[in-house]
Amino acid sequence: MKKKLGLMVTAMLTAGTILAGCGSSDDGKSSGGGEKKDFKVAMVTDTGGVDDKSFNQSAWEGLTKFGKDNSLEESKGYKYLQSTAQSDYKPNLNSLIRQKYDVVFGIGFLMGTDVETVAKQQPDAKLAIVDMVVKGDNVANITFSEHEGSFLVGLVAGMQSKSNKVGFVGGVNSELIKKFENGFKAGVLTANPKAEVLVQYAEDFNKAEKGQQIANTFYQQGADVIYHAAGGTGMGVFTEAKNRKKNGEDVWVIGVDRDQHEEGMPENVTLTSMVKRVDQAVYEVSEQAMNGKFPGGKIVEFGLKEDGVGIAPTQENVEEKSLQSVEDFKKKIIAGEVKVPKTDAEFEEFKKNLK
Amino acid sequence: MSFMDILALIIPAAIVSAAPLIFTALGGVFSERSGVVNIGLEGLMLFGAFTGAVTIYYGEQFGLDGAAPWVSFVVAMIVGALFASIHAVASISLKADQVVSGVAINFLAAGLAIFLTKKIFNAGQTPVISERISKSDIPFLSDIPIIGKLFFSNAYLTSYLAVFVALIVWYVLYKTPFGLRLRSVGEHPMAADTMGINVKKMRYVGVLLSGALAGLGGAVYVASISGNFTHSTITGQGFMALAAMIFGKWHPLGALGAALFFGLAQAISISGAQIPGLQDIPKVFLLIAPYVLTILALAGLVGRADAPKALGTPYEKGKR
Repeated sequence: MKKKLGLMVTAMLTAGTILAGCGSSDDGKSSGGGEKKDFKVAMVTDTGGVDDKSFNQSAWEGLTKFGKDNSLEESKGYKYLQSTAQSDYKPNLNSLIRQKYDVVFGIGFLMGTDVETVAKQQPDAKLAIVDMVVKGDNVANITFSEHEGSFLVGLVAGMQSKSNKVGFVGGVNSELIKKFENGFKAGVLTANPKAEVLVQYAEDFNKAEKGQQIANTFYQQGADVIYHAAGGTGMGVFTEAKNRKKNGEDVWVIGVDRDQHEEGMPENVTLTSMVKRVDQAVYEVSEQAMNGKFPGGKIVEFGLKEDGVGIAPTQENVEEKSLQSVEDFKKKIIAGEVKVPKTDAEFEEFKKNLK
Repeated sequence: MSFMDILALIIPAAIVSAAPLIFTALGGVFSERSGVVNIGLEGLMLFGAFTGAVTIYYGEQFGLDGAAPWVSFVVAMIVGALFASIHAVASISLKADQVVSGVAINFLAAGLAIFLTKKIFNAGQTPVISERISKSDIPFLSDIPIIGKLFFSNAYLTSYLAVFVALIVWYVLYKTPFGLRLRSVGEHPMAADTMGINVKKMRYVGVLLSGALAGLGGAVYVASISGNFTHSTITGQGFMALAAMIFGKWHPLGALGAALFFGLAQAISISGAQIPGLQDIPKVFLLIAPYVLTILALAGLVGRADAPKALGTPYEKGKR
């Protein structure tokens, strides 16, 4: 399998090189090829860094794939700048714009205000922000329907909880994380109307000990599945679950943003994960921009339909009937039969209709 | 939830999050008692965490299994001491400003640890370790009614180690000739020198011990709480430990108490959101509770905190 993949990549690269060679040989004639080759995309990571096994890494994978598919050269046709502190965001964005990159992605909502300011100062530049909506006609806003993905993992949690009690640990209480919470709660209640959902925000994305204590409190109160949308704080949730599993308790964690199966090993505490395909989104927007259809000033939402969110490929701990129900609801959500709530108000509405 | 359940939730949680702080704060006591300000505790702890994560990861590969975390503690102590020797040379032998040198240690540790992580693992973080220190009930002691449930069940062995080490540090500093010498070079190095005590040597020992204990604190954090090392694993815990040391009046048992107090305040703020009665308090108040409690305790209960007299001043032989 690996060999085949390697072969394919090699073939693709070779083809790319040859094709690129063709393009440059008749530079003057085919303006189309020439234009494509001049296209440059870049991204600025947030403080997580490009190999954070999460957003930034996923975005970079998308960009790399885009670069390779269009035979761009790394660090000339596509590249990233790493931010080590919040104060790096603006200089990094500006530097890439000055280097004439056609689209500059800001990864993560932490960069929201900086992207907005830079977009105002550089009206000719094209910017894109992931996970946030900012003002400006030259900014594409990439958002995800996290509530839809969270709804699916909520179904799994609701069906596989034996105590009828599940928990949700949020990073910082914000509009974004609320989408996770409400989608999850809706999913749990849909699958299991008797279930109770405990909710708490750590108000920090980087404090593992806080995550551990919240998880401890939840499990102590009888919850047996916890969904975390809390970044590094979530590592503490895994720690607590592992401790309890070692002592013979039947507890689970649901991961977020990417397949967190590995984090749950060796005790195998990851039930499933809600994945966000940032790579897909970055690729798509880059392509649109290259074809002259840059969605500036618009909100591009990647949901279940666009394959922007979903449940993780590792499904060994998910029961057959939960998977079945996930598939059913996935179809219903895509068809618009089920509308997953995003905000607290929408959730209350959803709950009323459920009864 | 009954009152006992609530206590059983909060007290073990407090002890768990306090352990890394206790070790690091005890390190601070050694260094500052010998007269060297050690603001570099954060950096030393961070590097200890990095060393711990790497050692456990490779320990697993070499088949150390359950012993891997314990081996990593020893390695983290050695590496921490080596790292602290930079601070020692700069501030004792070269008589540099101790605060500046400590800040430099913090920057160096943060940069170097991330750089090495990238070089070794080609990623921004170490892999998640599988051999950890796990929570367990202490045999016999956990069967004691009331106390057993609160203090001896569902806890990490490292937490008891921390309390035990605090007692040892207290004994060493206050009941042995070595401790007396260490404290004397921090109070009045010239007097100590006239009595034939090697001031520089004692200070070197103090700083190296602080590095070892801070490194241990970082490794314990990785092995028991976070499970891997990332750029955000140690963010401020070292400074908390420094605060605990000052709060505890540069006394090992005081530092122990202060670290436990910080842990308790945090546990209340977190678990409080799920406790009947406390649930109705606006969340903001629970979140700021640890800081408010600390300020109140500092202002009202602690009284005058006397730093060692010669703290922060390099010793110059023959200077009056």
